[in-house]
Amino acid sequence: MDSTLTELWVYLAREPLLHLTLTLLAYLCGVKLHQWSGQSALANPVVIAIALLVGLLIMTETPYARYFEGAQFIHFLLGPATVALAVPLYQHFGRIRAQLVPIIAGLLAGSLTAIVSATGLVWLLSGSRETLVSMAPKSATTPVAMGIAEQLGGLPALTAVLVIMTGIIGAVTGPLLLRWLRIDDEAARGLALGVASHGIGTARAFQSSDLAGAFSGLGMGLNALLTALLVPLIVQLI
Amino acid sequence: MLESLALLLVCQLIGELLVQFVVLPIPGPVLGMVLLFLILAARRGIPERLRHTCLTLLSHLSLLFVPAGVGVVVYFDAIAQEWLVILVALVVSTVATLAVTAFTMSRLARWWAKRHG
Repeated sequence: MDSTLTELWVYLAREPLLHLTLTLLAYLCGVKLHQWSGQSALANPVVIAIALLVGLLIMTETPYARYFEGAQFIHFLLGPATVALAVPLYQHFGRIRAQLVPIIAGLLAGSLTAIVSATGLVWLLSGSRETLVSMAPKSATTPVAMGIAEQLGGLPALTAVLVIMTGIIGAVTGPLLLRWLRIDDEAARGLALGVASHGIGTARAFQSSDLAGAFSGLGMGLNALLTALLVPLIVQLI
Repeated sequence: MLESLALLLVCQLIGELLVQFVVLPIPGPVLGMVLLFLILAARRGIPERLRHTCLTLLSHLSLLFVPAGVGVVVYFDAIAQEWLVILVALVVSTVATLAVTAFTMSRLARWWAKRHG
C-alpha cells in the first residue's frame, strides 16, 4: 500500500498537471479567505496562494523548476492579458484624454519618487552599489526592469525578485493607504497602483473597478517607458 | 472566445517580433497592447465577444502572478545578505510612490476640471 502511494506520488509529481492544479487551488483558497475576511487588504489572495505553495514545495522538497513546468501555463497568460489591457484602455479613452495633463503630472512625480527614493534609501542605509542599481527600476514591469538593471551593471535576477516584492507590497498597502489619504478619485487610485507596482498593482486595481484597472494599466505601461529613460540618468548622478 | 484569444496572441506575436527586429526598450506584449488599441480605434468600437474575453482574463490577472511570486520566495537567498536595507527601501519607496502619484493626479484633476469644466 505504502509503496503504491509513493509510486502514485512519484508519477503525479512528474506531471505538469499536478502543479498547474495546485496553483489554481491555492489561488482559490486565497480568494475564499479574502472573502471570509471581509475583503481585508491584508488577506491578499496572491500572498496567501504564494505562502501555501511555498510551504508545499518545501514540505515535498520539490525544486522550483519542477513546479514551474506545471505553473508555466498560468504564467504564460501574462502576455495575452497585457495585450487585453487595450480593451479597458479604449473603453475609458475619453476620460484619459480629458485628464491627460493630470495623468502625465502624476506619472512624472510618481516615477521620479519611485527611482529617487529607492536608490536614495539604499545609499543612505549604506547598501552595496549592486543592490542600488538593481533596485532603481523596481517599479517598472519585470522584463523592462531586468533589461535596465543588466545594462547598468546591476543583477537582473535580484531585480526580478525586487520587482515582484514591490508589486506585492503595493497591492497590499495601496488600497489601505489611498483610503487613509482620502483619495476617492478612482482614476488617480488606479494610476498610482500601476505606477508604483506595475501588473500586480493593476491586478489589484481591477478588483475595485474597470476604470481603476484601465488607469492602472496605463500607469504601468507609461512608467515602463519613463523608467527606462530616467534610471540611467539618475544612477549616473549617485 | 477562440477568435478573441487568437487576436490577442497575434497582437502579442507581432509585438514580440517588432521588439526583436527594431530593438525597442519595451516588452513585446506592451507593444501588442498598443497594436490592439489601434485596431479598436480603427474599428471605432469593441466587439462584444472580445470585450467579454478580455475583461474575463483581466478579472483573474492576480492569479497569473502566482508562479512568479513563488519563485521570489524560493530565490530568497538573492536578497538574504542585505534583506533589511532592501525591505526598508522597498516598503518606504513603494508607499511614497503610491501617495505622490495619487495625490498629484487627484489634486491636479480637480484644478483642471475647475479650469476647463
